[in-house]
Amino acid sequence: MPEGILCNKQIVDTKAKLDALLADKSGKQYYAEMKQLDVDTKALWATLQKTCKSRMRTWLEICAHCGMCADSCFFYLANNRDPRQVPSYKIQSTLGEMIRRKGNVDNDFMHMVMDTAWAKCSCCNRCATYCPFGIDMGVMFGYVRGLCFAQGFVPWELKIGSGMHRIYNAQMDITTEDWVDTCEWMAEEYEEDWPGLEIPVDKHNADIMYTVNAREPKHYPEDLAEAAILFHIAGEHWTVPSQGWEETSLAMFAGDWGACKIQVESVYAAMERLKPKRMVVTECGHAYRATVLEGPYWAGLESGKTPIDSFHYVEWVAEALRTGKLKIDPAKKIKEPVTYQDSCNYVRNGGLGDCAREIMSYIAEDFREMTPCREHNFCCGGGGGLNGIGRYRQERNIGLTVKRDQILATGAKLVVAPCHNCWDAIRDLEEIYKIGIRWTFLKPLLLSMVKVPAHLLPKDE
Amino acid sequence: MYELVTGPLAWIAFGIFVLGLLYRLVGYIRGLNWQMDRVTYTVNVAYGVKGALRSIFYWLVPFGTRSWRFYPGFTILVFVFHICLLVTPVFLKGHNVLLLERWGFSLPTLPEGLADAMTVTLIAAAVFIVLRRIALPEVRILTKPYDYLVLAIAVAPFLTGFLAYHQVGSYNFWIVAHVLSGEIMLVAIPFTKLSHFLLFFLSRAQLGMDYGIKRGGMKNKGMAW
Repeated sequence: MPEGILCNKQIVDTKAKLDALLADKSGKQYYAEMKQLDVDTKALWATLQKTCKSRMRTWLEICAHCGMCADSCFFYLANNRDPRQVPSYKIQSTLGEMIRRKGNVDNDFMHMVMDTAWAKCSCCNRCATYCPFGIDMGVMFGYVRGLCFAQGFVPWELKIGSGMHRIYNAQMDITTEDWVDTCEWMAEEYEEDWPGLEIPVDKHNADIMYTVNAREPKHYPEDLAEAAILFHIAGEHWTVPSQGWEETSLAMFAGDWGACKIQVESVYAAMERLKPKRMVVTECGHAYRATVLEGPYWAGLESGKTPIDSFHYVEWVAEALRTGKLKIDPAKKIKEPVTYQDSCNYVRNGGLGDCAREIMSYIAEDFREMTPCREHNFCCGGGGGLNGIGRYRQERNIGLTVKRDQILATGAKLVVAPCHNCWDAIRDLEEIYKIGIRWTFLKPLLLSMVKVPAHLLPKDE
Repeated sequence: MYELVTGPLAWIAFGIFVLGLLYRLVGYIRGLNWQMDRVTYTVNVAYGVKGALRSIFYWLVPFGTRSWRFYPGFTILVFVFHICLLVTPVFLKGHNVLLLERWGFSLPTLPEGLADAMTVTLIAAAVFIVLRRIALPEVRILTKPYDYLVLAIAVAPFLTGFLAYHQVGSYNFWIVAHVLSGEIMLVAIPFTKLSHFLLFFLSRAQLGMDYGIKRGGMKNKGMAW
């Protein structure tokens, strides 16, 4: 059987296809069909010849097989230093082998490649910072995911996720109406406590266009309210777009480059339409990576930049604290030891480590760095889409032990994790390993300690 | 035989070395693609150049990066090996005598005792590199016969040169073997893993530009390698 009904080489671009996938509980039928899926070796080789050019070919060719990438990889460390988890081995035995065989690989091989690309690499890019030649195996596994996706070998959840982006311009089935309703609902819900609170939709020429992670309107709408309250307190002139509000990209995790382009273009269109001065992205790492750092390239913007300047939430918070737009009540600062989870996507791969330290200097009295930290921090263990893939739950849980031990070593019981993936991974590691920690986004923390100007308080009746 | 290997063969070897490296240089740069690599090589140039230079510089400094500091023993091995490999032949007295004879100029030279010591050091470093390959599971799993071949190509000119200089056995045999093995190395540089002679710089510059332009370089002081 060359193509399955659910597992095939086609993109998911209709609601019918999406519903069929969703109806297949845990992807049972999907993965069964994958076992029969043919590999289009000609197309694979053609793609490799066309797209695997000097940068990656050189990486594969000059790798000195020195093993200096080994200790950089949290999967290697978490799996008792299993040599099969050495990044160089992982990429040489997948992409390297594909090229050696000129794309002539079979179904078993593609299964192995898929299992490696999603369950043995979170694309955290830490190995790239340990290789003397600058060989970035995270980048290569991102590329390998694209090859796998085109051949239909992609984890079920991510096939669904990339389809969601194509159909809804969001990683979840949230329509424009759902989104606008949620904004209105949250503004009303909190209006009593915060007179004049607004979540302005589609306001033109605002100072800030705020964009989110679909999980927020879907599962944690309070997050949206908290963002609104903080903007309200800071006196920002802000808005959210009715369309193009979603920053995340499961399509990037899936390797569905077409969907990546569609997704980021929806956000860029909102920028063009509303002409805000700048965009601020919620507390999500891969969202920032996808829409702000990589997105311009998918969309073919030769400047390499988003149409307007774009900022991660930590940049806005650091600025608001620095300029006094948000003032912290000293009595309410965090007294207990607290640590910070540097997200790979906006710290190692986005350069925002300083913002995190600046924020912590305002809000914490006993801030403890993880070791290592900043650009060299380990992935939370759930990055690259791994949190969301049922097939690889066990591999993910083993990987979490590195973060668990890093947190334990700080002695802190509170972890600030301004990234959805990190936040989830840390929540799950507490659930599994029960080390007695709490974890939080910045928004609720800030709200608990910010000084509220008198004129914004509700008038007593 | 000596005339042949130091005459026409030497010309051929140097020719292949230079042209081969040029070919690799042009091929590498032509194969870059801003959209596919997701790095605006020709836009944001100042950030790119800064990122590239930082990326090369810190990795050329012993213990200059977190990774070099993380593996101190191997770092010493790598730097000692490469310094001896590059410095000894260029500033060797024997080579410069030849250079003066043939081309009428020469470079400053190392005391012969020091050059000798550096040769022995290089060979010893190579032995440790081999032992490390065998001993460490994370390196063993990566190792292929090709890795040993490449190391042998790099070490052979030193071993044969050392034996010739000390006239162990037949000088005439070792000196021809020395020149030949040197020529093999020159020819191998552009077309084997030894191409990192050039590609180290290009690859490091590329990733440096990636970090300098896209991955934070426009918002921070530069990647803390």
